[in-house]
Amino acid sequence: MGGISMEPMLQGRGLGKVFGAHQALAGVDIDLFPGEVHALLGENGAGKSTLIKILTGAYQPDSGAVVLEGAEVAFRDPLQAQAAGIGTVYQEVNLVPNLSVAENLYLGHQPMRWGMLNKRAMHDGAREILAGYGLEIDVRAELGSFSVAVQQIVAIARAVKLSGKVLVLDEPTASLDRAEVESLFEVIAKLKARGLAVVFITHFLDQVFAIADRVTVLRNGKLVSTQAISGLSRTDVVRMMLGKDVVFAHSPVTEIGASGPALAEFKGLGRKGSVAPFDLTLHQGEVVGVAGLLGSGRTEMARLMFGVDLADTGSISLGGPLTLRSPRQAVAAGMGFCPEDRKVDGIFGELSVRENIVIALQAKLGWFKALSRDEQDDIAGRFAEALDIRAADHNMPVKLLSGGNQQKVILARWMAIDPKLLILDEPTRGIDVGAHAEIVRTINRLREDGLALLVISSELDEVVAYSSRVVVMRDRAMVAELKGADIAPQVIVQAIAAQEAP
Amino acid sequence: MKTFKKLALAAGIGALLSTTAMADGLVVGFSQIGSESGWRAAETSVTKQEAEKRGVDLKFADAQQKQENQIKALRGFIAQGVDAILIAPVVATGWDEVLGEAKDAGIPVVLLDRGIDASQDLYLTSVASDQVKEGAVAAQWLVDTVGDKPCTIVELEGTVGSSPAINRKKGFDDTIAAHANFTISRSQTGEFTRSKGKEVMEGFIKAEDGGKNICAVYAHNDDMMVGAIQAMKDAGLKPGTDILTVSIDAVPDIFSAMAAGDANATVELTPNMAGPAFDALEAFLKDGTVPEKFIITESKLYTQADDPAGEAERRKSLGY
Amino acid sequence: MKLRVQRLITPQTIALVAVLLFNWLLFPGFFSVEWKDGRLFGSLIDVLNRGAPVAILAIGMTMVIATKGVDLSVGAVMAIAGAVAATGVESGLTVWQAVPLALVAGLLCGLWNGVLVAVLDIQPIIATLVIMVAGRGIAQLITQGFIVTFNDPSLIYIGTGSALGLPMPVLIAVALLILTTLIVRRTALGLLVEAVGVNRSAARFAGISAMSLLILVYVFSGFCAAVAGIIVAADIHGADANNAGLWLELDAILAVVIGGTSLLGGRFSIPMAVLGAMIIQAMNTGILVSGFPPQFNLIVKAGIIIAILVLQSPVASRLFKRA
Repeated sequence: MGGISMEPMLQGRGLGKVFGAHQALAGVDIDLFPGEVHALLGENGAGKSTLIKILTGAYQPDSGAVVLEGAEVAFRDPLQAQAAGIGTVYQEVNLVPNLSVAENLYLGHQPMRWGMLNKRAMHDGAREILAGYGLEIDVRAELGSFSVAVQQIVAIARAVKLSGKVLVLDEPTASLDRAEVESLFEVIAKLKARGLAVVFITHFLDQVFAIADRVTVLRNGKLVSTQAISGLSRTDVVRMMLGKDVVFAHSPVTEIGASGPALAEFKGLGRKGSVAPFDLTLHQGEVVGVAGLLGSGRTEMARLMFGVDLADTGSISLGGPLTLRSPRQAVAAGMGFCPEDRKVDGIFGELSVRENIVIALQAKLGWFKALSRDEQDDIAGRFAEALDIRAADHNMPVKLLSGGNQQKVILARWMAIDPKLLILDEPTRGIDVGAHAEIVRTINRLREDGLALLVISSELDEVVAYSSRVVVMRDRAMVAELKGADIAPQVIVQAIAAQEAP
Repeated sequence: MKTFKKLALAAGIGALLSTTAMADGLVVGFSQIGSESGWRAAETSVTKQEAEKRGVDLKFADAQQKQENQIKALRGFIAQGVDAILIAPVVATGWDEVLGEAKDAGIPVVLLDRGIDASQDLYLTSVASDQVKEGAVAAQWLVDTVGDKPCTIVELEGTVGSSPAINRKKGFDDTIAAHANFTISRSQTGEFTRSKGKEVMEGFIKAEDGGKNICAVYAHNDDMMVGAIQAMKDAGLKPGTDILTVSIDAVPDIFSAMAAGDANATVELTPNMAGPAFDALEAFLKDGTVPEKFIITESKLYTQADDPAGEAERRKSLGY
Repeated sequence: MKLRVQRLITPQTIALVAVLLFNWLLFPGFFSVEWKDGRLFGSLIDVLNRGAPVAILAIGMTMVIATKGVDLSVGAVMAIAGAVAATGVESGLTVWQAVPLALVAGLLCGLWNGVLVAVLDIQPIIATLVIMVAGRGIAQLITQGFIVTFNDPSLIYIGTGSALGLPMPVLIAVALLILTTLIVRRTALGLLVEAVGVNRSAARFAGISAMSLLILVYVFSGFCAAVAGIIVAADIHGADANNAGLWLELDAILAVVIGGTSLLGGRFSIPMAVLGAMIIQAMNTGILVSGFPPQFNLIVKAGIIIAILVLQSPVASRLFKRA
């Protein structure tokens, strides 16, 4: 920390960005000092990537300003930001794998002599640069022939060579093993000593504590806090990420508590490399909340339960033993699943609202038992009204609706099959306040109707409000099951943040 | 070494014995393109028949449309020490090296039915048909048959830009141009196929007042004519009577049509390229007679008078 | 009533009418149709008749493209089916045996494609390339390299016969068009195919068996190709393994695209694809009767196709709306 001078290298002042009706970033301030490693944290949709894209010139802010060394700047594109000193390295190395290491380092800036490429100068230069990173490799070999870790360091070297003031590392460790992470951290430490400002995005808390000087946490597009890491505990960080301003009491739900008879039993269900075997029983008329950070195994667990991924251990019983080889069988058994990524796994963008609502029921009925147009209109109308889906016309493409309404359409799709068990993965992420409330109301109503629901959410206040039990995921395993009075944000945060016994 | 001995032996004994006896024992390699058409298959079987007739030991290699296979086959023939090589080259370029090797080994090479872009001293001779002449023979038959009456011709061309289409058109059109009573009213490509030939002819019939204006059809190959004959029959016309037909190639189906009175004439593209090739080779190996560089095969005209039913049968057995 | 007329005014119908009018300008007899030998006779009938094989291919191709796939093998499958039918009747089978056999050959080719795409998850363009390349070899193997000419009157009737005054190929294409449209729209197949084409992952999550649907559309495309192959062989009384259906896969894809179905999958229209096939054939027939030198064929075709596709482009439709 001692190395930090008083003058920030790069500042974002009150940055805001709006996509359509969605406020992706609102009034965020950030200061990056030379010689510091600054971790940027937040769940999916918190606004991390929007902020980074504004700082590196990929987006232009709708409000606020970017200030570089005291002067306001407006980058048209990343190339301009790069020239001004701000370099970026992404998780997926964006270099050219079939060019040599040296060519990649010098791409677009090749040393020339008499109008010809000066290969020797390029190779010598490349060797020298990489030596500074403790990397001694054949710079004439194709980049693609080296490991991802080496490629990453080459990418960093290139970014530093071209920019040299600010280096943004976007999840650089996601595909590296432990030893590779270590060597990457050594490189980062060297750059820090050279006075660069390094922004480090990750969702591995261990790494944040290992390398960062300060941490900035975003949630729902807003700045939660920027603090020095030395004064923070893991629990503090998790609390900041998931929301600490919890005021909901969850008393109304505890009463319903362990409600009706057992509906579904998942015993020892697990899949290598995805999620460790877990046991879970769901009863009629209860909501089980799932808490855990991104990458904790919470989504993987849901995918196993719905047959999206095949379990290699364990058994399922839902009105009799059930073997799942595809979601189709899960649907046939009375399950529904609202996936986390609506666009990729949920909606049929080009199809109409009506078709999107009836599609699961139609798939369940089979090819030849077609729902007539009248039946479709009837079903779509009924559920659109029940969920207050705001569409001018049920025949308009669903992609024209807002995120909240799209989510309601997917909920309607599953309600139409009259399910016994619904799995909702982040049902309220990235949607407006009105739709948010409607979805929470629907969860409660479905529970009252006797359904069993499993709801994955990073909104702790929400989870606490509607869950009769909460299971906690960490490091791809179920680590706790909380009941009764334990269903409180503080307890959940502690369970998520608890350090693994070494 | 063996080759040399065999050649010397053949030459030595050849002086004493008759031609047939000399040819007896000749070993000839034949690199064929493949079997992409009926005519090609017939060429292969005629070559084999010709070899058998002359007592030549024919080493046959099918290149399946690939030059690299032909080059491999030629190198194989050279290594085996054959007395001569026949090759129907799949493409025109890239032969210099392997033909040079044959030349160094003293093995004469004869090209069949297609030319190449290479120095003429790399091969003994080339046997091929004259496509311009084929068109001219077809035109001459029409001129002789129609006489001085006015006659409107429609022409079914081959694939646009291909050399048989260009040459067969030139030969025909040039000959017709010398006779004022003939006009070529329409000319379209039928892409050498039966179905396109039929489709184009249908169009011509509509465009020429239901076919009443058409006096004759000329097609660059028989397949298109077979299609055109069907189009005329479907339109209620009588090909061979109302409308004269002349086409090129002499495949069995056109003889069947002639036998039925639906077609009038065809100009043969002979599958017997090997006959003249063996003649030239035998003369050359016997006493060193150097043949002409380009041997042109006969472009024989067949009409309904030439036992079309018999021709059809005879040709089917050749593998058309 | 007014609404109905408006629905008929699409870029496709405008293009078809324009091409037909252009043909009429070049050849005044283009629209004359007469009754002769118990059937209709004229250039317009030729357009329908000659366009039928591509229209039939386009019916199958539309379903494949709706799933975000493409079937490059249809031309070669035509050759195979024609070869099977022709060799069948020539070796003594009745037409009632040879034609079903040829259809089965088409279904098997489609099944092969479907398994490669749906089960092995190979990209459709690569998966169907296999039969596109190897299929003609198979057809040649069946015909042993000859054009197999046949005289079986029942088989020939499929290609050149007529009923109700119309050529058989036209009747077959119309029947297939009506039947397929009914099946696709009266059952859930149309919706499910569109869902798979729009978003295969979401389809899986919604419990749709994308695999069996994909196999089904490729099998259907193979069937359509076999029908077209039998018609083409019957038309020329022979199976030409080298040339039957050559490059017709491209015409079929073009017909589907002209018909407004996106290569990105999803929404599809079979009648529009058939209309697209008719536009292509109207151009071909127009060129034949116009008397242009053949060297201009491809240029004229290219020009018209560019014009149609530009008319259909999103930019153009926005301009139309504004006007």
